Amino acid sequence: MNEQSVALLPLVVTTATIVVAMLAIAIKRDHRLIAGITIVGLNAALLSLAPGLPIVEAHAVVVTNLMTVDGTAQFAMALILVTTLGVLTMCPPYFDGYGGHREELYLLLGVGTLGALTLACASHAATLLLGLELLSLPMVGAVAYQIDRPRSIEGGVKYLILSAGASATLLFGLALIFAESGALDVGALAGAIAGAGLGSPIVTVGAAMLLAGLAFKLSFVPFHQWTPDVYEAAPLPITAFLSTVVKLGAFVIALRLLHAGVGSASPLIVTAIVVLALASMLVGSVLALRQTNLKRLLAYSSIANFGYLAVVLAVPGVEAVRAAGVYLVAYLITSLGVFGVMTVVSSPMARRDREEIDEYRSLFWYRPDLAGILIAMLLSLAGIPLTAGFVGKLAIIGAGVQAAQWWLVGGVALASAIGVYYYLRVINALLVSVDMTPDQATVRFGGLYRATAIMLLLVTFATVLLGVYPQPLFALGRYLAFP
Amino acid sequence: MTLVWLILIPLIGGLLSWRAERMSSAAPRVVALASMGLALSISLWLWATQDFSVTGAGFSAAAGAPQWTMEFRAAWTPALGASFHLGLDGLSLLMVVLTNLLGVMAIACSWRDIGRRPGFFHLNLLFNLAGVVGVFLALDLLLFFFFWETMLVPMYLMIAMWGYDAPRGKSRTDAAMKFFIYTQASGLLMLISIIALAFVHYDATGVISFDYHDLLGTPMTNSVEWLLMLGFFIAFAVKMPIVPLHGWLPDAHTNAPVGGSVDLAGILLKTAAYGLLRFGIPLFPHASLDIAPLAMWLGVAGVVYGAVIAFAQTDMKRLVAYTSVSHMGFVVIGIYAGNEQALYGVVVQMIAHGLSAGALFILCGEIHERLQTRDLRNMGGLWTRLSNLPPILLFFALATLGLPGLGNFVGEFLILSGTFVVAPMVTVAASTGLVFAVAYALIMVQRALHGPLQGAVANATPDFVDLSRRELSMMFVLIALLLGLGLYPQPVIDAARAPVQAFDAHATHAETVRAGPVLDLGVGLGATTGGSQ
Repeated sequence: MNEQSVALLPLVVTTATIVVAMLAIAIKRDHRLIAGITIVGLNAALLSLAPGLPIVEAHAVVVTNLMTVDGTAQFAMALILVTTLGVLTMCPPYFDGYGGHREELYLLLGVGTLGALTLACASHAATLLLGLELLSLPMVGAVAYQIDRPRSIEGGVKYLILSAGASATLLFGLALIFAESGALDVGALAGAIAGAGLGSPIVTVGAAMLLAGLAFKLSFVPFHQWTPDVYEAAPLPITAFLSTVVKLGAFVIALRLLHAGVGSASPLIVTAIVVLALASMLVGSVLALRQTNLKRLLAYSSIANFGYLAVVLAVPGVEAVRAAGVYLVAYLITSLGVFGVMTVVSSPMARRDREEIDEYRSLFWYRPDLAGILIAMLLSLAGIPLTAGFVGKLAIIGAGVQAAQWWLVGGVALASAIGVYYYLRVINALLVSVDMTPDQATVRFGGLYRATAIMLLLVTFATVLLGVYPQPLFALGRYLAFP
Repeated sequence: MTLVWLILIPLIGGLLSWRAERMSSAAPRVVALASMGLALSISLWLWATQDFSVTGAGFSAAAGAPQWTMEFRAAWTPALGASFHLGLDGLSLLMVVLTNLLGVMAIACSWRDIGRRPGFFHLNLLFNLAGVVGVFLALDLLLFFFFWETMLVPMYLMIAMWGYDAPRGKSRTDAAMKFFIYTQASGLLMLISIIALAFVHYDATGVISFDYHDLLGTPMTNSVEWLLMLGFFIAFAVKMPIVPLHGWLPDAHTNAPVGGSVDLAGILLKTAAYGLLRFGIPLFPHASLDIAPLAMWLGVAGVVYGAVIAFAQTDMKRLVAYTSVSHMGFVVIGIYAGNEQALYGVVVQMIAHGLSAGALFILCGEIHERLQTRDLRNMGGLWTRLSNLPPILLFFALATLGLPGLGNFVGEFLILSGTFVVAPMVTVAASTGLVFAVAYALIMVQRALHGPLQGAVANATPDFVDLSRRELSMMFVLIALLLGLGLYPQPVIDAARAPVQAFDAHATHAETVRAGPVLDLGVGLGATTGGSQ
């Protein structure tokens, strides 16, 4: 095998997994079998990253002019696959009780993962769009998976229309930049965007449209309105996937297009990003304050969290990218933990998810293990020390301080202070002591929940360990900045 | 390695006592008490055997690298230039001893207070104590911040899970949340300052480091120094608390369980004073010099305001909580007066306040346990029913008002006489606090103990009993220590001498480097050093 095929192995293995799963469904519908095939296949894809590591360590592998596998791509692919596997551990117990077809869900998740992987490697506008659509379209189906429920349909349609609109905006932006610069290569596009200014109106408008399209995918304020509705409508594992893998894929391409690297960025674009970031962290935090629905609260919290992450887009230099890597790892781990606990607590598909904060009242007194994990995760999202989330926030503040972006640093501090309030509101609910109702003590780890339980333990362990000893996180984060 | 054990013992003890809950409900208490007892003996053994006089250049960057009686350093996060760096000198030692002592008391006084999940309560208490000890030992700013924040979550859980809902007042979860948000928000400002300081140092030297030794004496412009100093100052001002940032304290105290209150008042507030002495002022000497007059007047405001508000309280625990605001005001004044005499006063005052406020909170808890109320309007004539508790309460009330012969008097006297040399007006204003102290201490004694038998005291059930042997022995230890501190404070002053002198020299050095209009006012950190001895 030449090194190009080796470097692309994860995509090949993922594609093969999807095909095998699809054929298996055609032969025999068996929920657990399909889940097993997908999990094994994606594990294999994760392992198939390994042979490419030494090659990419030496130099980035260019595969035609559509894809480039570099350190950033590999780091993102590893994160995407690990996170998807985490989400997949939640799916079997959750969907086991569902009356309709359960198997196609794994296809949708598989295709979405493939889209994210494609985005991670994209070095051309064509692959960029292909990846983005591969990532978004299956999610429409996944959000509306429970088609017998109006809320699901509504969420799916909302996601479909707005996502298509965002893609169209992004495409128009790319076309405008292409018209001016003649470039479709991601590196050249990034160069053109870095040169955007009042002197080149077409590129500037194109860059603005491209930024708007990406901002929708990353749900930056003011492109965020769909997020809480869709998060609320989607089944819990899908919400987890939306808030982790989908955003991760979009963020990697945003990093490639908008981050200036070692060069200098366009002041206009930087200003726009600063405004978006500030608006996201503040509006997200403020809107989260009054939520009584945990899914909506987490939607707003993810808006705020990506506002923090957007700080690195406004800060040039490799150090900032490393900070993004640190933050992403911490955020992904933490999100998996939160949604994992919610999945376990929710009765599997029998009725609606447990998503009201009130439904979590006094969880600590009858399920201290689950509540303990949830508390640790919420503290990590709030960025309290001794959790991975704090280290992520530390890295972000470090990047902001280094670039003297005092508005952003102040925004992070203010939004975090507000954030403490709404996370604590949830924690308070967990700690309140009331008499328990009979159905509250029913969930047991075992059977299909075992995988989720193992995932939760790993995630908790990682959150605390990385919070106490963050060195590995910084060593890992370095790979995102690998040339 | 001994220093690491000082932090590890409470951590391990906490985990053990959490697991011990499965055996019996008494097991966690025994385990927790044993581990804090062990930590206390280690710290006392250090005091007895180590030489704390050699810590000559504790703060002064000009006099070469700071020296520590004991030091420990290990790699932690090299990517950030942060190391696991601990150091012990006389000041940290005194604070560690106080922490461990009050830790023992907090466990002993919660013996019957905590019904549900005692194991998890003691886990939180001991983790909190470990965080406090870490704060007193950390010499790396990032590590310091870690420990600073480690104190937070356990305290929050203690208030939210085992606290009281004040009648007609805030619920315990609200109080816990208020405490958390105040401390967390101000902590973030400090974090930004810490990171910015590290980058300023990086720009100057090209080395990224969070180490105290490296960051001391970092050259920076006036405005930068001011901004960074404010980040530290606000964080410490919230925790201390300095009026007007004290809003969390009365609620947190009123709603906390007894053990939590002892921990909060006796120990947690001291971390802020320590932070100012160790980090806030030495890292930013010039800006601290500038802010000294303001800080001293804020201290005066705290002294007077805390005392006046305390007088108006009807909830006994809330009253004691406001006396803390008043007493910590003296500490602020002493720290920013900055000469040797005032600083000895600060050290003695911190210890004396830890002991007396801790004791008063324990007594509040004991009264609450017996009467099911802490409302002073609902009490009266306690002395006719009990023979042991009232005189002990009277003793600690007298300690609080600063009766000569007890520790608080020594502290307040040294602070005021030290401050008089630098800022006579501040001293005059602060002295009024002593008068108010008499008022609030005596009104508490009068309402609770004297007068006709009435209210909850009259209605108390026949099994209304006096202090048990456990409670009495706790009280006698605290009485003996306060008397000892009042009559013979020399051992404490000896232990604090080296750090205090180094601090004083450092502050004076900063002043001579920057001779400005501040000097003309005659107010500032160590503006005169002749007042000592």
